[in-house]
Amino acid sequence: MKPILEVNNLSMHFPITGGLLRRQVGKVHAVTDVSLCLTRGETLGVVGESGCGKTTLGRALIRLYEPTEGSVKFEGKEVTEFSDNDLKGFRKDMQMVFQDPYASLNPRMTIQDILEEPLSLHQIGTKAERQEKVVSIMKLVGLREEDILKFPHEFSGGQRQRIGIARALMLNPKIIICDEAVSALDVSIQSQVLNLLNKLQKELKLTYIFISHDLTVVKYISDRVAIMYLGRIIELASSEDIYEKPQHPYTKALLSSMPIPDPRKRNNDLGLVGDVPSPANPPPGCAFATRCSWAKEICSHDVPQIEEVNGQKDHIVACHLKSEIN
Amino acid sequence: MVSDPLLYVENLVTSFRTEYGTVTAIDDVNFSVKAGKTLAIVGESGCGKSVTALSIMGLLPQKISSIDHGKIVYAGEDILQKSSQERQQMRGNEISMIFQEPMTALNPVYTVGQQISEVFKIHRNYSNKKARQEALRMLIEVGIPDPEKRLDEYPFQLSGGMRQRVMIAIALACEPKILIADEPTTALDVTVQAQILSLMKKLQQEHGTAIIFITHDLGVVAQVADEVVVMYAGKVIEQGDVYQIFEDPKHPYTKGLMSSLPSINDTKDKPLNTIEGNVPSLSHLPIGCRFSTRCDIANHKCVETSPHLKPMNIGHHVSCHSAHAEEA
Repeated sequence: MKPILEVNNLSMHFPITGGLLRRQVGKVHAVTDVSLCLTRGETLGVVGESGCGKTTLGRALIRLYEPTEGSVKFEGKEVTEFSDNDLKGFRKDMQMVFQDPYASLNPRMTIQDILEEPLSLHQIGTKAERQEKVVSIMKLVGLREEDILKFPHEFSGGQRQRIGIARALMLNPKIIICDEAVSALDVSIQSQVLNLLNKLQKELKLTYIFISHDLTVVKYISDRVAIMYLGRIIELASSEDIYEKPQHPYTKALLSSMPIPDPRKRNNDLGLVGDVPSPANPPPGCAFATRCSWAKEICSHDVPQIEEVNGQKDHIVACHLKSEIN
Repeated sequence: MVSDPLLYVENLVTSFRTEYGTVTAIDDVNFSVKAGKTLAIVGESGCGKSVTALSIMGLLPQKISSIDHGKIVYAGEDILQKSSQERQQMRGNEISMIFQEPMTALNPVYTVGQQISEVFKIHRNYSNKKARQEALRMLIEVGIPDPEKRLDEYPFQLSGGMRQRVMIAIALACEPKILIADEPTTALDVTVQAQILSLMKKLQQEHGTAIIFITHDLGVVAQVADEVVVMYAGKVIEQGDVYQIFEDPKHPYTKGLMSSLPSINDTKDKPLNTIEGNVPSLSHLPIGCRFSTRCDIANHKCVETSPHLKPMNIGHHVSCHSAHAEEA
């Protein structure tokens, strides 16, 4: 099956300016050399700690940032070469749901205005048709029609996130990037929104990129999971394989630090020592070498390439010592 | 009694004056903590967990809030009867607190060393030099690498995990008997969270500190708690030891919370359990049980009268008409 989205060697570097003349004195390597593929209808989870580049990756894919290098192909067309006009059409196909349902909705607009705005921007339909669409999408995400003239502050966090999702659905997108879409919600509300996302995916054949730091949520919702560390994908596999047969020492550490909601399974592991290095000054070799208990000479000067594990095409990992460790 | 509680809270009621009238943020809260043990207070946003903590600390905004009823007894004395100077003496010395966001809780214009030393100067009257030495010892104790250099650094120069270690160093400087930790790891990454939790556990074992751990994360509760208090809309709805709460929850809300967590074996083909609806607003609470608006098994009794926290088993208390009716 042809992929809906194909990303090759994508890098996103931000300049650091300094001095009197604001000259560039360095760069932040937010995303480095990321390649991945998305098939229609699947959910790809992207997991990592703060500052690992997961949000930047999401934004570079939708061209909210201009990628520094690499290519992004959407249905075979090169996104990085799109003209402004092409881009407008492309954004209909690819939408985003943001983390903070408080900050991402305009407090002065009613729900109707918020949901209608994408349609009027793209000049779709007559006023009456738009209105009809707004109502049907509201029903789809479980909002009540009589709330159409309310303002965001009149809703709870979970309902605001439904509004955010509804807005993303207005233009019938093919791909939705959910950036920490359930992280700000309480547990009982989080499960409502996860169920909604699953239902919508089935009904509308949506493809999701689900960015999160919460491993249990990602495991639940994703078909495949990419683990990121300091701007690079260090492991990518089906969600069962990531959780049952993790290969990279960082993936293993992440999984073992996850607090399990079972008091009989207490984790006495100390977790990882140290902190994530700065993306402005990444270590020369494997980015994880500074915290890895297995690290050898080679890890501190050669960047490991991402390779298949035991010839399995769908499980790839970037670690020099993968055969020794596992 | 083998071990008397170090601190107990009895029938505590705290209210806030808002533009919509007086709102009772916590209503009739009871619990106790023992030395060397961890009590977790769990609940969703707005359930009153933080207000409970601030009531114990005496850090409520005085202009808009008041403790209307109840006792907080520490070492045999009701601390609500003490003067504000006496309470100031207790804070940091006997009872300390760490907060969720170490960046906002630390003062950005003082060095880490100055902020830790301050505690020793105020509570122990140490000289500058001695306070600095003690601050260094604390940094070593909380596992900060390169402690001598860090002593003269400002909070912004540290990572999130380091800042939280500094907060813990400040809180534990005078070896308080009780540490209140309000969502101490919520802002941290999982690998750093694991570090901080094991640091807290280690320090607790060494000093016998009682910890009141406030969190919304059930995974963290299962990892750290001995006793658990579950709160909903300002009320304690269930309380028991950690095994009772996780393995045999009795209140429909606790059950709902447990089952809405995706388990590691669940896939998206199986929808998650949900608790439909939203937490009621504190200014428009239902007359009967506060959970009755979202409860699957609510009957007319639940709508009309508010249930009380009553024992089910030894140490396991539940506030639910149906759970008690079933038992009887």
